[in-house]
Amino acid sequence: MADSELIFKPAAELAALLAAKQLSSVELTQALIARTRAVDDRVRAFNSFDEADALAQARASDARRAAGQARGALDGLPVGFKDVIAVAGQPLTCSSRMLANFVSPYDATVTRKLKDAGAIPWGRLNMDEFAMGSSTENSAFHQTANPWDLERVPGGSSGGAAAAVAAGEAPLALGSDTGGSVRQPASFCGVVGLKPTYGLVSRYGLVAFASSLDQIGPLARTVEDVAMLLGAIAGHDPLDSTSYPAPVPDYCAELRVRPGPWKLGVPKEYFGAGLDAEVGGAVQAAIEFYRGTGCEIREVSLPVASSYAVAAYYIIATAEASSNLARYDGVRYGHRAAEATGAVDLYFKSRAEGFGPEVKRRIILGTHMLSSGYYDAYYLRAQKVRTLIRNDFLRAFQEVDALLAPVAPTAAFKIGEKASDPLAMYLSDIYTISLNLAGLPGISIPCGFTRGGLPVGLQIIGQPFQEARLLAIARAYEQGHGWRGRHPTL
Amino acid sequence: MPYEPVIGLEVHVQVKTRSKMFTRAAAGYGEPPNTLTDPVVLALPGVLPVMNKAALDRVIKVGLMLGCEIAPVCKWDRKNYFYPDSPKNYQISQYDQPICTGGAVEIELPGPARNLLGEHRRIPLTRIHLEEDVGKLNHAGGESLVDYNRAGTPLMEIVSEPALHSAEEAFAFLTALRLIMIYGGVSDCDMEKGQMRCDANVSVRPVGGQKLGTKVELKNLNSISFVRAGIAHEIKRQTAIVEAGGAMVQETRDYDGQTGTSQSLRSKEMAHDYRYFPDPDLMPVKVDAAWKAGIRAELPELPFDKQRRFFAEYQLPYTITSVLLPDRGLCDFFEEAAKLSGRPQAVGNWIANDLLRELGGARIALAACQVRPAHLAGLVKLVETGVISGNLAKEVFVGMFQSGEAPESIVARQGLRQTTDAGELDQWCAEAIAANPKSVADFKGGKENAINAMKGFVMKQSKGKANPKLVDEILRRKIAG
Repeated sequence: MADSELIFKPAAELAALLAAKQLSSVELTQALIARTRAVDDRVRAFNSFDEADALAQARASDARRAAGQARGALDGLPVGFKDVIAVAGQPLTCSSRMLANFVSPYDATVTRKLKDAGAIPWGRLNMDEFAMGSSTENSAFHQTANPWDLERVPGGSSGGAAAAVAAGEAPLALGSDTGGSVRQPASFCGVVGLKPTYGLVSRYGLVAFASSLDQIGPLARTVEDVAMLLGAIAGHDPLDSTSYPAPVPDYCAELRVRPGPWKLGVPKEYFGAGLDAEVGGAVQAAIEFYRGTGCEIREVSLPVASSYAVAAYYIIATAEASSNLARYDGVRYGHRAAEATGAVDLYFKSRAEGFGPEVKRRIILGTHMLSSGYYDAYYLRAQKVRTLIRNDFLRAFQEVDALLAPVAPTAAFKIGEKASDPLAMYLSDIYTISLNLAGLPGISIPCGFTRGGLPVGLQIIGQPFQEARLLAIARAYEQGHGWRGRHPTL
Repeated sequence: MPYEPVIGLEVHVQVKTRSKMFTRAAAGYGEPPNTLTDPVVLALPGVLPVMNKAALDRVIKVGLMLGCEIAPVCKWDRKNYFYPDSPKNYQISQYDQPICTGGAVEIELPGPARNLLGEHRRIPLTRIHLEEDVGKLNHAGGESLVDYNRAGTPLMEIVSEPALHSAEEAFAFLTALRLIMIYGGVSDCDMEKGQMRCDANVSVRPVGGQKLGTKVELKNLNSISFVRAGIAHEIKRQTAIVEAGGAMVQETRDYDGQTGTSQSLRSKEMAHDYRYFPDPDLMPVKVDAAWKAGIRAELPELPFDKQRRFFAEYQLPYTITSVLLPDRGLCDFFEEAAKLSGRPQAVGNWIANDLLRELGGARIALAACQVRPAHLAGLVKLVETGVISGNLAKEVFVGMFQSGEAPESIVARQGLRQTTDAGELDQWCAEAIAANPKSVADFKGGKENAINAMKGFVMKQSKGKANPKLVDEILRRKIAG
């Protein structure tokens, strides 16, 4: 089979070929290596990849299969990793100078689960430094380009993960979503990206940005592929006290049951000023599709979420980040200033040299939020707002099964367009961050293109731990449209 | 104007658990540097804490022993500050909702004499919370090396009310607290190993005053004696300042136990802003009634309660209880032997004199001792029933201690049973009189003590087996006759 056929095949189809022994994991891995070598000098999705290691694991997978010991659908499938999730023996840089030379000695829980399932960790994917950003422009290493238009950003912070999947460099990838960092790049790059319910996927081994908001999420080219990857990484983990102790459904099997039509809500506040007309149009068309298939569409209101989510988010996220990032001090690992006199000087210099400007901005902001005399006014208040935001959603969910919304106000913007305006950049997360505050699952699926040929995403927001239903709703749209047949030309 | 000191203590006690507070890495002491670590201890990127339930159990146990209120929910906060011994540069601790509040520690002040019971007082506690210990810095040759073996060890902080009024009371508080921890199996409280550490807040005020004076925090009081000396020094220093009309400055001072002096570490203006906030990595833990009841069922008797019971139940003198009390194992040993023998006071004396002497001489712990309570009870019975003499019993005890052999078996094997055979005794006494003419003459001359030389002779001849009471009677009769 020609490489060009393989590289854009959905993971589920690749799994079927592997199972039927019409394809070997080595062939597939070689095709991805070749593709990555061919296009990544332009896309620059990867911070690094280890061809020899990937091929060795592919050979091991093929050997298992030959011996009749294949471990399931993922066995032999390469999965790209955002460079924020630990894989033993591989770099864990968070796209930061601070960790440029750090190699993880341990596996994240998701990594261990994927290895147990026979999947092949494939490369380290670029991101905004420490997952702080919406364009991957905050990477300390290089700019990842949007495969649909190399002059545009892939979104962020999981920009490398979304770009790699879109460009055919990886069939599956893991990103992390703290305020939209899986969904927004998925929408910018025309792939499917899911942020699971907080607590569904273990955070052990995910380098923390904001602990109460972070979730690892899968990116892929189809809803089914996302379901397959989610099934492999979800579930209670004794190493993560915030992981939820509940059995994991078989998401792929649930997809084959067709329980619709559903009652779907449309938050009226999400379609006001600031939403690009073409993006709004594509999302409206998707809403009409659901109406046309017998779903009841209801307008709902999210008054607190729509007004205060950004403010609450930037207080809570930065406060937690200021504490989470305190460990990068040059003492035990990571960047250590060459010439330091004493501990305090070592901290100042190592952190000044190791962190980029956006990370520093958020550490300073978060430190201030937690300071004596400001805590009550900012952090405590933001936590109360957070409860009200969750109540907004739970109230809406008394009437509807899920919500339909845009992912981002615009399609992918130009590299540098918002780089000097942090506030404009923060507002690009306006439709996504309230889910993180409320702990809800959300998925971004392609729902069309702008006239300029840029992908547009539809966000579907689900009830807590109702990923199976969320995926089914997303699948219904996907099956009614051929967007996934389109691929960027590189 | 006379001044009085007001003292509050903050005591850190390492909780004895197999693993650390928030990870599976082993807790321990004296291991090669940085071997008791794992990714969580070293705060590698991406790791998460998971609470050690055993540590929480033990702090709840302490709370119940001290009569504290146990919080219905155990909540965790982050205390943020940078220091190289702190791997995360924040410490997981409890800020506004400590697991225990209130309660008290009963202390005993020095009595009028060493062998007399002192006054007891109850020192109220403000709170007890659980947190994690930090690592250790070693400075050498202009370099600082960090050992993270201690980092992450469960650590409880016990805060007293400012209710102590002398260095002696502070000393008594720590002594009592330490014993309670040891009784509870919560900590060994070895201050040399840093398992118990103390900071003291000291202020002075005019006698009878209500308002607290400006406090000074004394740090690094790393033995119970240094606590006493450091506080005494600080009281003297403050009193001198205020008596001279000076004003106290709120500050933290470092006490040097070697030189007996203190120096300022930092003033109030330089105090940290710890930016406490709830740790988002840890869920609050509900402590329900069943959980507390389970721990309550295993609470040990408190040391002073035990002492009062020993007075009442066994009529033990204060001096004996003082010897027994510091060692819960010794108390248990005593009670078992006392019950088996029915002679608590005799058992108490044997333990206080012979057992402790032998243990000390052999430098072994009670747990490693071969003498069991049943052996001691047996020995006491042998003496009480006149089977062996008190003097021989001492030798039998040493034999028991060395071999672990039962006293009855030693007595039988060595033929130590006291003899009451009239013929044998008569013979020995006759020999004694014949061999000691001068003593006989002295005794007849009115020197009562002179009979002892003849008794000694009989004991020697009989290898200690002669019944002393019978020997006395026979000697007197023979000399008189």
